[in-house]
Amino acid sequence: MQVDEATVRRIARLARIRITDEEAKALEGELSGILAWVEQLDEVNTDNVPPMTRVADMKLKKRADEVTDGEKADDIIANAPMTEDHYFVVPKVVE
Amino acid sequence: MQDTVKEKAKGKASNLIAGATGDWEVIVGMEVHAQVASKAKLFSGASTAFGGEPNDHVSLVDAAMPGMLPVINEECIAQAVRTGLGLKAKINLDSVFDRKNYFYPDLPQGYQISQYKSPIVGEGEVEIDVDGESKTVGIERLHLEQDAGKSIHDQHPDYSYVDLNRSGVALMEIVSRPDLRSSKEAQAYVTKLRTILRYLGTCDGDMEKGNLRADVNVSVRRPGEPLGTRCEIKNVNSIRFIGQSVEAEARRQIGILEDGGKIDQETRLFDAAKGETRSMRSKEEAHDYRYFPDPDLLPLELQQSWVDGLAKDLPELPDEKRARFMKVYGLSAYDASVLVAERESADFFEAVAKGTDGKLAANWVINELFGRLNKEGKEIATSPIAAAQLGGLVRLVQDGTISGKIAKDLFEILWTEGGDPAEIVEKRGMRQVTDTGAIEAAVDAIIAANPDKVEQVKAKPSMLGWFVGQVMKQSGGKANPQAVNDILKAKLGI
Repeated sequence: MQVDEATVRRIARLARIRITDEEAKALEGELSGILAWVEQLDEVNTDNVPPMTRVADMKLKKRADEVTDGEKADDIIANAPMTEDHYFVVPKVVE
Repeated sequence: MQDTVKEKAKGKASNLIAGATGDWEVIVGMEVHAQVASKAKLFSGASTAFGGEPNDHVSLVDAAMPGMLPVINEECIAQAVRTGLGLKAKINLDSVFDRKNYFYPDLPQGYQISQYKSPIVGEGEVEIDVDGESKTVGIERLHLEQDAGKSIHDQHPDYSYVDLNRSGVALMEIVSRPDLRSSKEAQAYVTKLRTILRYLGTCDGDMEKGNLRADVNVSVRRPGEPLGTRCEIKNVNSIRFIGQSVEAEARRQIGILEDGGKIDQETRLFDAAKGETRSMRSKEEAHDYRYFPDPDLLPLELQQSWVDGLAKDLPELPDEKRARFMKVYGLSAYDASVLVAERESADFFEAVAKGTDGKLAANWVINELFGRLNKEGKEIATSPIAAAQLGGLVRLVQDGTISGKIAKDLFEILWTEGGDPAEIVEKRGMRQVTDTGAIEAAVDAIIAANPDKVEQVKAKPSMLGWFVGQVMKQSGGKANPQAVNDILKAKLGI
């Protein structure tokens, strides 16, 4: 599968990654190469093979319904660039 | 049968909306977000309690700090399964958590953990009643997901404030089929769903706190034609607004179509103040969520025996309870529905009806008690009259100790002063007079004092009511009305 520049820009936009024109050009080739490499898997017939969902023989770990965490607002906002009254403060986003 | 099918295809005439160029049918489907009743969040040990100081109910997992891993809350799984069982739905023993990717400041992970291709609960159904007709609404699925945090936009002109207390709280998204055909049906559906959730104890249904909210999908079509393009009205948070938003959106779409326009599929908001829906500035590429299985979480596997255990402990649900009330207590469908709408009301009624006539008990609970609670803005849980007291009152009416009129006085005393009904009746001399001698004396006195009325009543027997009233008045409402009637008729010769 060939990835064009528009697709590269769209993916970058969705991932909130800013890319230059040169990077976009370069990524076109790189992403196409990666996809082509992965597409080799299409050669394997997987009819009637259930999707593999795990590689380790483990079960999902569960927790009991108990409050064991929280009450640490100072820690939560410690690295925030801007805060007020324990709120995160971010550039205005409103619908 | 043929007629029913045809009826269905054409749409029920009473539900159609008349446009300028003919009738339209409105099609509604809903996605209801119900907050799971649990102490801790879906994937962390932080509290789900409402309110709290900003970012106080937040763990490092909820704030999406690097390296933090989600661990699922077992009770949230159980609550989702209980809800599925209550919706008579298929429980999927294998389900998967996926990441739904989008950027928003109140979603620190950059994705919501949700379930996409393999939800925990599959197809089910909900029975609704509208205008005395019942209808089955299909449930497509129920899945577990995380709630987001909360953004506050009105604190500062240039900045938004973010509180993550809700971030990571477990939600059940319950998706209906597009089976609803009017605003009334949409309201009945959410009302019923809320009742079921509250019976199950899996969601408190508090819409004011946002613990139950609906995304309402609305489209219109000419009866019998294929489905039209739908618009989704986001986050409608009251039953009343659900009705209003369906009406407003259907009219908007009909207006556009009748003017020769076409509907754009989009997300809209309901503006309650203006009573209209408006377009949300569509998030760019909002619908490219790039779902994929969350690599931090293994598949969720349930044991059938565990599900069976939950099923065994399920409480009696509103439909079953209603049927039982009609059968065991002889109640009308209407009275039974009123009583089962809230589990507390149903329990209260059953306590009152213990050892009394069911219908009489229902009358007192619905007409007198609920009426009074409503008037004074009280809940059944804070009723000044306990079930045992009201049961005592009903027994006194039933065995003829007090008349219906005196019972209302007794109700008033119980409401304002409290006390034991039988004791009050004894102490205050409220017993009904069934002693015919006493009643006869009263009747004789009235007849002797009103010879003109006696003449009139012989020509016009409906005047009898006046005599009954006089005798009752003289007895302070304590005379047995039936006895008064009989004796009057005998003495007046009518």
